[in-house]
Parts: sequence; structure tokens; C-alpha cells
Amino acid sequence: MNTDFSIIGKSTAMIDAAEKTTGAGKYTDDISVPGMLVGKVLHSPYPHARIKRIDTTRAEKLEGVVTVAVGEDAPKTYGILPVGHDEYPLALDKVRYVGDNVACVVAVSEAIAEKALELIDVEYEVLPAYFDPEESMKAKRDLIHDNKPNNLEKDYHHVFGDPDKGFAEADEIAEARFIANEVTHAAMEPHSTLASFEIDPHTGKPGRLTVWSSTQVPYYLQHKLSLVLEMPMAQIRVIKPLVGGGFGGKSEVIPLEITAAIAARKAKAPVKITYTREEVFWAHRGRPRTIIDLKTGVKRDGRITAVKARVVQDGGAYCSYGVVTILYSGALLGALYDIPNIQYDGYRVLTNKPACGAMRGHGTVNVRFAFESQLDELAVKISLDPAEIRRRNLLQPPCITVNGLRVQSYGLPECIETTVERSGWRERKGKLPKGRGLGIACSHYVSGAANSIIRSDMPHSTVNLKIDRDGGVVVYTGASEIGQGSDTMTAQIAAEVLGCSLSRVRVIAADTDLTPIDIGSYSSRVTFMAGNATLRAASDVKKKIAAAAAKKMNCAEDDLIFREDHILRRGSTLPDAAGAEEVEVTQAGASVSGRVEGQILRGSLQQKRKEEGPKDWMTFEEAVVAAIDFHGALTGTGSYAPPLEARGGKHKGAGVGPSPAYSYSAQVAEVSVDEETGEVTVHKVWAAHDCGRALNPVSVEGQIIGSVWMGMGQALTEELVWKDGMLMNPGLLEYRSPSSVESPEIEPIIVESIDPEGPFGAKECSEGSLAATIPAIANAIYDAVGVRLHESPFTPERVLAAIRASKNAKALNLTEGIDPTQPTRFREHGGSLWFKGKGPVRHELDPARRDAPAGGAD
Amino acid sequence: MKKELIELRVNGRRHEIAVEPSALLLDVLRQELQLTGSKRGCDDSSCGACTLLIDGVAMLSCTVLAASCEGQEITTIEGVSEHGSLAAIQKAYGDWGGAQCGYCTPGFIMTVKSLLAENPDPTEADIRAALSSNLCRCTGYNQMYEAIRSAIAAEREGLAAKQ
Repeated sequence: MNTDFSIIGKSTAMIDAAEKTTGAGKYTDDISVPGMLVGKVLHSPYPHARIKRIDTTRAEKLEGVVTVAVGEDAPKTYGILPVGHDEYPLALDKVRYVGDNVACVVAVSEAIAEKALELIDVEYEVLPAYFDPEESMKAKRDLIHDNKPNNLEKDYHHVFGDPDKGFAEADEIAEARFIANEVTHAAMEPHSTLASFEIDPHTGKPGRLTVWSSTQVPYYLQHKLSLVLEMPMAQIRVIKPLVGGGFGGKSEVIPLEITAAIAARKAKAPVKITYTREEVFWAHRGRPRTIIDLKTGVKRDGRITAVKARVVQDGGAYCSYGVVTILYSGALLGALYDIPNIQYDGYRVLTNKPACGAMRGHGTVNVRFAFESQLDELAVKISLDPAEIRRRNLLQPPCITVNGLRVQSYGLPECIETTVERSGWRERKGKLPKGRGLGIACSHYVSGAANSIIRSDMPHSTVNLKIDRDGGVVVYTGASEIGQGSDTMTAQIAAEVLGCSLSRVRVIAADTDLTPIDIGSYSSRVTFMAGNATLRAASDVKKKIAAAAAKKMNCAEDDLIFREDHILRRGSTLPDAAGAEEVEVTQAGASVSGRVEGQILRGSLQQKRKEEGPKDWMTFEEAVVAAIDFHGALTGTGSYAPPLEARGGKHKGAGVGPSPAYSYSAQVAEVSVDEETGEVTVHKVWAAHDCGRALNPVSVEGQIIGSVWMGMGQALTEELVWKDGMLMNPGLLEYRSPSSVESPEIEPIIVESIDPEGPFGAKECSEGSLAATIPAIANAIYDAVGVRLHESPFTPERVLAAIRASKNAKALNLTEGIDPTQPTRFREHGGSLWFKGKGPVRHELDPARRDAPAGGAD
Repeated sequence: MKKELIELRVNGRRHEIAVEPSALLLDVLRQELQLTGSKRGCDDSSCGACTLLIDGVAMLSCTVLAASCEGQEITTIEGVSEHGSLAAIQKAYGDWGGAQCGYCTPGFIMTVKSLLAENPDPTEADIRAALSSNLCRCTGYNQMYEAIRSAIAAEREGLAAKQ
């Protein structure tokens, strides 16, 4: 393969960087349209209740209130998965979590809308609620959804190979329960949607709907809007402005996005709804609390003989992506190491809490934490170096794993080797002072799902490309830039293929009226799939240019090289003088086109050509003009669908897990543990990631660092804390997203395995690294103080409890005797509005409702 | 509440606007003046996305009353670009990957500006301490440090060239 690239492989600022650093770029909440009203959503104060009556009259009478939308205004269920249509945008009969959406006030200002929320009378019949997944699974009555017995959303039972035989052959077996607590995306931009109807000139009635929304999946949003509003998709235009981070939280359609359109329809005016930070926490769709009972067997030489995992996920009140999450948890036990026998039992359970969905490293992260921790434990048991045990279990690609996953490019060995080398593992492991340690772990992730969630034979990505007489390249892609560099990747690939400069390429993205369909930014699919579609669209146009240029230059098409805004005949080089001449040519062209259009520009260039005769090279503009003369308009299209061979096995649930390519990661973390306080400090993480080929190295490094950092947050501080279905920490400080002072140096190491099917060999780089960080830190803690943490995050309290338990000392309960609703000893809940009495009324059986004097002693 | 007429100086320009006495500076800038570069990321002054400069001091515009800023010089992210071109810190944030989704970026750039105005040669620890007033969920902060170091170097070169 040609490795002499002029655009890709070189670090470049994102093409939208200036928009972001000057504040000029528009995110959804930055957009206003004339006559726009403000929507505010009324949320449920109960975790589980039947709605007996909603009376909005008092609210509607308030001056400035335009309308109040309720469930009856759009009584249609939807959900991101075809098997999970269990949500109404606004609750119809029942509310299922504290924060569920009940009604939407539309008013002329936010202050009036907020006031009106208090005037809506809702009568509830409170039902028993379920908060613990293992308790919830025992439910016989008052089910969360009537059609889901035992509150079980879905369970899967997979057996690959012969696990019993595998365990019988093992020399050492480890078995333990791991718990990974719930985390959320907390993207910096709160969800926001603006919906506006146009009046149809023929009927005179509201017709087309335009929706601007902070989404990773504009085409799914268009589909769900059509479903709930009962409008044809062709009448709905979804535009994705800049998106302030997604991490999976915007990878499905949350009720707000449809509610805005329902409210706009009822108010007969454009409506914008932007969530507060507290509402974003309730909207959630994060990584579920996961209970993992894991058993692994190894031979004395380190070879894994069998793995058995029972995984229970606390999915919250709706299906969301749940069925996919529980399948990923099992499927991605494969494709990292060579495991001959796997038994997997997965349970996705409904509880009365906000729905969990997809979050960075969807489904694989918590199980990977358990697996890599247990592998470390087994390495110690058989006295093998933890890096070595991972090397002993490598796959031999190309291969199909026991659970049907096709693996081709496989940079894991090199990832392990480089991290071990850079971190000084061999010299330093086991030789650090007490309280300081090193830990290693590996992970992997899909480069897009080989099977889309809505089953069809449609390509997953399509890209159109057009070049006009001005020589400007316009790429139309449905791919959604959410900060990961999607648009820049698109521009780079188009520029590389066409041999033109990056500044020549303009990317029009994620607007359902303008761009061809792309299923969205999730499961790390954009570079692989939209990138391949871009490559094909650009190659399509390049062929047309080449045909015309070859004719002009009297040579074969194959002999042409497209490079640096020129088309050269192979073997010839661009003479130095060409630079000067080129400037002359383009300037002449520019001044002509500045005065008169089209014909004259073409005429003057042709005239110039005639005078000079055929040459060894043409400028990009000349070639484009020649091609347009030749073919008419220069347009091309390209699409991508994953190959059949990569789509997985035949068993039930086999559709989730297969990917055209997997990324690989190996990490070493260095930590120190304060044995007095249990506080863990991460000093440095070395993270090697196999991304196939780094198209934009600075971006790839940024994605690796960001993933590792987010994994570190989940490992050490981030956790959603619940009390009877109420979120105790709905604020960024209380949630404890790490700040710059808590964030260590992360050394990203790019490993390039050049995937045979990726665009220029590229694979995913934005998710795979996250999963390795948590076990790498857990294993480093073991190395530092000799205790195994089985529950994340590894808070000082949990670490201290583990240290004390290892010394047979009594655990300390630091919060014993503290009432979380009336903290007297420390400010447990920060400044959350909830606790200033603005929150909803509590369940009457809630112990926090007892009449205690304010500020009284416990 | 009845609106009152106030005068705000933003990015060197004078604006006469009617605002409610309770209106927050962030809302007035975003809704009345369409200066949407300053962002709202939280409800409780924890994220720093709305950071701007009031008389050169970094402040959270989500907790400042617009009416209290009369007579003060407000600089928002829209006032950072120099003569229609990117300032060194803006260019560096783009080049070094300091901005991914970009939502927190205006706030960070204003924080950095105030840091560098006070301390043109900050140590790594100074930078970390200063940036801890803002939150980012994309970058893990690492590439921001490189951007800031490169911006300091660029500023210095620029100064040297002028002298």
C-alpha cells in the first residue's frame, strides 16, 4: 500500500477549531428563531406511580403561558431499539422514575414557565418501587412494565465451547463478585432541542418540521419524530449544530427532543427546551450499575481454559439501549484474548431509576474491569508476570473467535510491548516503595457495529461529494461531529484521495435535508464506516477527473498522481518553477472569474493550454475544469456496508459484538495509596492504542487521553449515588468529575496495525482505551498495598475498608449516623437546588419526610 | 419585575439595554446581545463554561447580576480575537487539541487569559491550579497544557519580534 501521504498521518487542527475557540460556533442552545418560545418540563416526584389526573388549567391561565403539553398530545410509544418501544415522550399512564417527564409548559420566558410548573396539578397513585436489580428480579406484582415479568428486560444465556471441560482442565481457578457502580456521561453541553413548523403554502396548515438538536444520531431522531408525531419522515428536517460532547448520552432520542416538537405543534410557534444540569442527570442513559460474578480458569503456563460470567445490569426504568448493552457485555469477552470456552448469563433488569443506555465503551467496560482484575489475580497465583499472562493468551489472527467474532488486524502484542517498555515495567514492577505500585490491563472495542440496530440492507454510511468550477470540494456527509473530529476526518480523507489541500474541502454534515443518510456517531463507527464512504465518494470523482486529465496530458489514467493541488504524470516531478507558474495561473484564473463567470475562465485556461501544449502536470483547478467540460457536473457518491463475513454467528443475540475491525489497547498505571486515608493518587498512565492508522495523530492522542481520563474518573471518583430512587448528587461537583488538579499525565502511544478494510487502514480510537484504565488502576492498587478492590469507584472509604479488612480490623463507616437530607457534619450535597426545597415532593413513606426540626441534632 | 435601563460595556462597545434587576449577566449576553460564546453548563457555578473577564478579572457570568456590571469593562470570548485573527491562545488550542467538543473552550480560554495577565510565566502547578476552576469532559486536560505552553512561547516570540 502507498504510504506516502500528504494529508493523513499529519497532525492538523480540526477544521472547526476556530469556531470553537472564538465562540462563533453555534450549539443548539445558541440558536434562536423569531417568535421562539421556551419549554420547561415537569418531572415526576415519585419513582413509581400511576397518573390519575393532570389538571393544567391553573398553569394555562398564568399570563405569558402559551400552552401546556401532556402525554395525551402524542400517545405513541417509541424507543431507540425496535424491541424496546416502551417510552412516551410525556408520561401517559405511569411515571417510572423520579424525574420522569410528565408535562411541558410553553411560555414566553423561562421564569414564567418555571412558575407555571408549580401550577400544574397532578394526582398520583403511588406504587411500590424497585431500586435494587436483584430484588427487582423477584417482583411478582406492580411491575414496572406490564409486559416484562420479573421486571426482566431481557436475559441471554450463551455457551461457547465446553466451559465445564475447560474448568476441569484448569490448574488454577479464581471466582469473585465484582460491582461497578453507575456512571454518567456528564457532557459539558446540556441537552437542548429547538423545534419549528413551517406553514405549508398549499394547505395553509402547519407542514414541514425543522428540529435543531444536540444529538449524535440525527437520522434516528428523524425516524422517532416521524413515529411519534405520525408525520412522514420527508416532512421532517433534523439539523445537528455543534454538539458539546456526547459520550453516548446523545446517541439515542431522549424524550426532550420529541417533546419540543410536540410542544411546538401545540403552541403553534417555535419552541426551544434546554435542560438544566440537574435534568441532564435525570435524562441519564449512562453506564448501568453492574454486578458481575466471574469465574476464570488458567493452566499453569498462563493459558486461559474457560470463563464463566453472570452479569446483572441495573437498567433503570426503560429499555433504552439495554438489550444491546447486555449483549455487548457477553460478546466482548471474546476478540481480545484467545478464550476457548465461554459461558455467559446476562440479565438486564428494570428498576425505578432513570434509564441507562450507551456510554463510551458500551457494555464492555465493567466486565473488562472484572476480567482484567481476575486475570491479574491468577497471574499472581501461578507466579507469572501480569504482562506475560496477557501475552500467553493472544489470538492468532486472522481468525474467528469461539463466539463468532472475526478478527483481522491485531495490534495488541505491540501495545503490550510498548507500554511495558515505556513505563519501565520490567525494571520497576515490584521494586517501588510500599504504597506505590504499577498495574497493567488490556481492552478492545468495535470499530462500528457490523449490524445496525434497525435491521436493513441499507448501507450504514453514504457520502456525496461535488466539485464545481471554482475547484472547491464539498463533501456531504450524515456523519455527526460531536467533538471527536468527524468532520476533520472526512475532509482529510477527501483531500488525501483528491490530492488537494485541506482548505479546499468544505464539509456539510448532519442535516437530513442536505446530507445522505449515516446512522450516527456511536459504537465508534464514524472513521471506519463514514471514512470508507468518503474514500469511495472521493475515488469516484477522482476517476472522472483522471479521465479528463489523462486525455489532456496524453497519458494513461493509471499514470496520474494527485498531489498537493496538482495532477502529475508518474515519474515526472513538479518543477520548482511550477510553484511560481502555478501562482500565476491561479491568480489569472481568479481575476477572470472575479469579473466574469464560467465560460471566460474556462476559455482563458484553454487558451493558455493551447499555447503551451501538453505538459507533465496540471493544476487541480485546470483538471477540474477539464473534467467538467468532459462529464458535466462533477459529483460522486460512496457508501459503506460491513461485509457479510464480519456480521457474526447465528445464535440468538449474535448480532451484537461483531464489527468489521477491533481496536486494541494496553495500559500501565502508576498509583500511590495513602494507607491512613485510603486515598488513591494516579501519577501517570501509559496508554498504547492500536487505531489501525492514525489519520490525525493529535486527534487520536486526544481521544486516547480523553478515554483514559474518563476511565480514571470511573475508577476513582465518579458514581451516581441513589437513595430510594432519588439521585443524591445531581451536580458536576457532587458527581466529582475530575478537575485539572486531580488529572494525571497520560502518555498516549499510537500503535498502527493497518487494518485491511479500514480507510487507509484506520480503526476506532475514541472508546477502546477507556475499559483498560479501571483494571490497570485496580491492579496497581494491589501492587501498592496488596488489596484487591472488587467495587468501583475505588473511593477512600472502599480502599480503606479493604486495607482494614486485610488486617482484620473493623471497617470504618464514615457516614454512620448522618442524615443525607440534613447534613450537619459536612456539606454532602453541595449546592444542589434539590435540597433547597425546589425538588419534587417526596414519597410519603420516604423516611426523609419525617418532621424533624430544621438544623436539629441527629 | 420591571425592567430597568442599564449600560454595559462589552468588548469595547457600549450597549444600552433594558434588563430585569434579577437578570444574570450570562443570560443578558446570550439572549439580549446574542453573544452566545459564553456557555451555560451547570446550575451551580461548578463548570466554568461561562467564565469571562470583568475589569480583567475572571468571573462566572452565571452568578453575576448584569445590572451590577455598569461602568465595568466586560470581555467575552468574542472579544479575544485580535484584529479579526486568532489570538495566540486560540490558535494554540486548535493546533494542540485543547478543544474537542469546544463547549468548555471559551471558559477555559478566558481563565487562561486572566492567568497569563497575572502571571506571564506560570509553572505547571500554577496552570493546573488555575484551570481547576473549569471542567472539561473531553480532553483530560493534558493537551490544554501543551496548548498553553505553546501560546506562551508564541506570545514571547511575537513580543521579541516587535522589539
